[in-house]
Amino acid sequence: MEFFVVQFLTGLASASSLFLAASGLSIIFGVTRILNFAHGAFYMLGAYLAVTLTGQWSGPLGFWGAILVAALAVAVFGVITEILLLRRIYHVPELFQLLGTFGLTLILQDVVVLIWGPEDLIGPRAPGLEGAVEILGQSVPTYDLFLIVCGPVVLAALWLLFHRTRWGVLVRAATQDRDMVAALGVNQKWLFTSVFALGVFLAGLGGALQLPRDSANHMMDLSIIVEVFVVVVIGGLGSVPGAFLAAVIVSELNAFGILVLPKISIVIVFLVMAAVLVVRPWGLLGRQEGAPRQAPGATIHPWRPLRPPQQIAVAGMLVLAACLPFFAGNYALNVATEILIFVLFAQSLQLMMTVGGLVSFGHAAYFGLGAYGVALAARSLDLPMMPAVFAGPLLALLGAFVFGWFTVRLVGVYFAMLTLAFAQIVWSIAFQWVEVTGGDNGILGVWPASAVGGATRFYWLTFVVAVAGVICLRILTFSPFGYALRAVRDSQLRAEAIGIDRLRVQWTAFMIAGTFAGTAGALFAYLKGSVFPDYLAIPYSVDALVMVLLGGIETVSGAVVGAVVYKALAIWLVSQTEFSKLILGAVIVGLVVLAPEGIVGYLSKLARRIKWPLASKRDPERPAGSSEKIMRPDKEKESAVGFALKPSPAGAGSGGVEAGSQENSPPRMTKAEP
Amino acid sequence: MTALLEVESIAKSYGGVAAVRGVSFTVDAGEIVALIGPNGAGKSTCFNMIMGQVSTDDGTIRILGHTTNGMPPRAVWRLGVGRTFQITATFPSMTVAENVQVALLSHQGLLSTFYRYAGSIARDEAERLLDLLGLKAQASRACGELAYGDLKRLELAVALANDPKLLLLDEPTAGMAPRERAALMRLTTQIARDKNIGVFFTEHDMDVVFEHADRVMVLDRGFLIASGSPQEVRADPKVRATYLGEGFDDGAGAGGGGNEAHRS
Repeated sequence: MEFFVVQFLTGLASASSLFLAASGLSIIFGVTRILNFAHGAFYMLGAYLAVTLTGQWSGPLGFWGAILVAALAVAVFGVITEILLLRRIYHVPELFQLLGTFGLTLILQDVVVLIWGPEDLIGPRAPGLEGAVEILGQSVPTYDLFLIVCGPVVLAALWLLFHRTRWGVLVRAATQDRDMVAALGVNQKWLFTSVFALGVFLAGLGGALQLPRDSANHMMDLSIIVEVFVVVVIGGLGSVPGAFLAAVIVSELNAFGILVLPKISIVIVFLVMAAVLVVRPWGLLGRQEGAPRQAPGATIHPWRPLRPPQQIAVAGMLVLAACLPFFAGNYALNVATEILIFVLFAQSLQLMMTVGGLVSFGHAAYFGLGAYGVALAARSLDLPMMPAVFAGPLLALLGAFVFGWFTVRLVGVYFAMLTLAFAQIVWSIAFQWVEVTGGDNGILGVWPASAVGGATRFYWLTFVVAVAGVICLRILTFSPFGYALRAVRDSQLRAEAIGIDRLRVQWTAFMIAGTFAGTAGALFAYLKGSVFPDYLAIPYSVDALVMVLLGGIETVSGAVVGAVVYKALAIWLVSQTEFSKLILGAVIVGLVVLAPEGIVGYLSKLARRIKWPLASKRDPERPAGSSEKIMRPDKEKESAVGFALKPSPAGAGSGGVEAGSQENSPPRMTKAEP
Repeated sequence: MTALLEVESIAKSYGGVAAVRGVSFTVDAGEIVALIGPNGAGKSTCFNMIMGQVSTDDGTIRILGHTTNGMPPRAVWRLGVGRTFQITATFPSMTVAENVQVALLSHQGLLSTFYRYAGSIARDEAERLLDLLGLKAQASRACGELAYGDLKRLELAVALANDPKLLLLDEPTAGMAPRERAALMRLTTQIARDKNIGVFFTEHDMDVVFEHADRVMVLDRGFLIASGSPQEVRADPKVRATYLGEGFDDGAGAGGGGNEAHRS
């Protein structure tokens, strides 16, 4: 009994730091609608700054001063980021904001290593709170008790701030309807900046305050951000009390989960989150969100299958690629094989993201399941390659079948976070279930059959599978099913009104994308000869996202180009510099800000610009009179609105019936117009 | 003979606010029925209940003899109900023809096909429908480029794709230029009469209503306060008091659309 009480108190103490970080994220999202992936990085920065400052300043005043100054410094850094980066991407689709802030996370990871080195750093104990207190015969660190008090104090302070100050009222108003707040003449720019500063300050404070309990390390950003996502999803995005409640729930689940299921304790938290999302998709204390502003991938330039000249060009390139083994060495062939695998992986995500508008942050789950499926079949069941290779896609399909059912019920950032959470569940199972998966050591010795062994033969096998896969996915895009998927993305309302079942269509697409990702993963397992939990982790998911984005989110298969360019660049960077994350992060941020249409998107825009004047002169399908009929929509709307609002003194009795009876006669109603 | 659409004392409240309180009416095949009323009268709620977007608290809705309460909109559509929206809902990433083709493919049960090129399936039928609405010349254009009036006509083409027995039009002419309104409604009524389709629509433009409807129903604060031929409704003192206004002309032409000033 005593033990449980102490365990409960430990959970509460962890909840405080988590609550600080989560409330910051929640407040920022509530007002700016940006889901700040870099929040974990700010938390980490707070911890590292606190290490340095507490080392410099001594005494109680020095310690607490250092904690506060560290948090303030993080806030200042946050403000600079907001002004330089976020202000440029407030208007773009959520995906780009998530990616932009993820790029920032990558940059900060390397910056932290650069400044503080790769070792874990241990901070000093809090002066005056070093000891422990006896509670029910068990000793509880005094600092834990301090943290337990801290959480509710900050919650109360935030409540006062939001309910007793003018600024707080504006923030609450903006959380409900920011357009209305802007219409009332509030300077949105500085409101957003100040909100961001507060949110980041809370993250920095959370990071600094946990220092006496735990070391600072350069992995803490990703681990805290996943926990923070879980907390805000359970509590409800935008709700501070929700964040508190959820932080307590999550911390207690962690504290007690380890007693119940020591092997896979992380899973419990994610299961609770999935359960909450299914019952209350907007969180325990959150409010239901409207539809996302804009689905990614929506374009006003309708897609067409490749025309014959383009087909010939592509076929030529494929022949060249197939001939690669005749003039490339083994290392180059291995690199090319890996690139081909990622082409298929990225293209499978493109089907979901671009055609389906479903932005998954956990697509690596299906890639990794494919790899583990193969490895388990080959090593645990001792199957030869021929049947074993099918276990990969099958396991991925099974995963997508289960997780897809849950996730397609959500939209926008909630969808992204739930896919991320499911990927983390699979990752933690692979990581912790050592008996079956080998845990961190992975499964080794997964080699292809001799018929396809060797760099050249395996390259050709991969080539055939990847090309066939991409072609299948393209055919699918232009098939009636592909149209149904786009229809659901473009307008749910209209799709439903012409008999399309959104959930069924999106779930099917999820399973198809998962199966193809699993195929890529199966090939990857054979290429590397081994399988590790990393294959399921966030970096692989984000790699795929960046490939799609780099190729062009509005294109059918830009991911192919994106994967080739990105993978080649990444492999080259890793061989050239230790700070590949820094450069990669900068590339992502640059891409989001400067070229959101991607390589293929940019090229086709260029092509349209060149062709357009020619086409409009010659196009026989274009009616001669169309230009007069097609009024500029904004102008037309304007006149219609002006018309409707105008009271009509002359209107009655002027003969609307006659006016309408002859199509081309000037209507007499024009009298009522200005 | 059963009516096309039978609505029997349907009701709906949001929280404590009763939006629709016991409304009953029928629409027959080939009949054009308008539902009018001031803002907040419950028109849209009525509409969305019939289409299945909003659940009913009470009462029954029967379409072609099937009780449709609790059916999702896609199931209602399969019974042969086409609809257009107050704010057009189309697929901006597709061409005009493809918008119609998707609806045709859905009607033919082909949307689970994974391999044929959809752009060439049902193209002729799509063009026939577009021709009917005077959009054939625009068939290959991106839907996102269309002027608003053309979008409204495209929506109608999409709504006609499943050979509907009943058309539900939510403010079919809202946001259009006055000249286009009359033309669109004339076209709609003509198609409906040719194909014996029942049309149920809401509208704020009284010219459109009184010229084209066979029957007009007036909704006020959730109650049906009048129903009858356009002449009867126009003369009804209750309707004049609550909606049309005392100054509303009872001559043949109720002019210039200025009656929209009654929108509050």
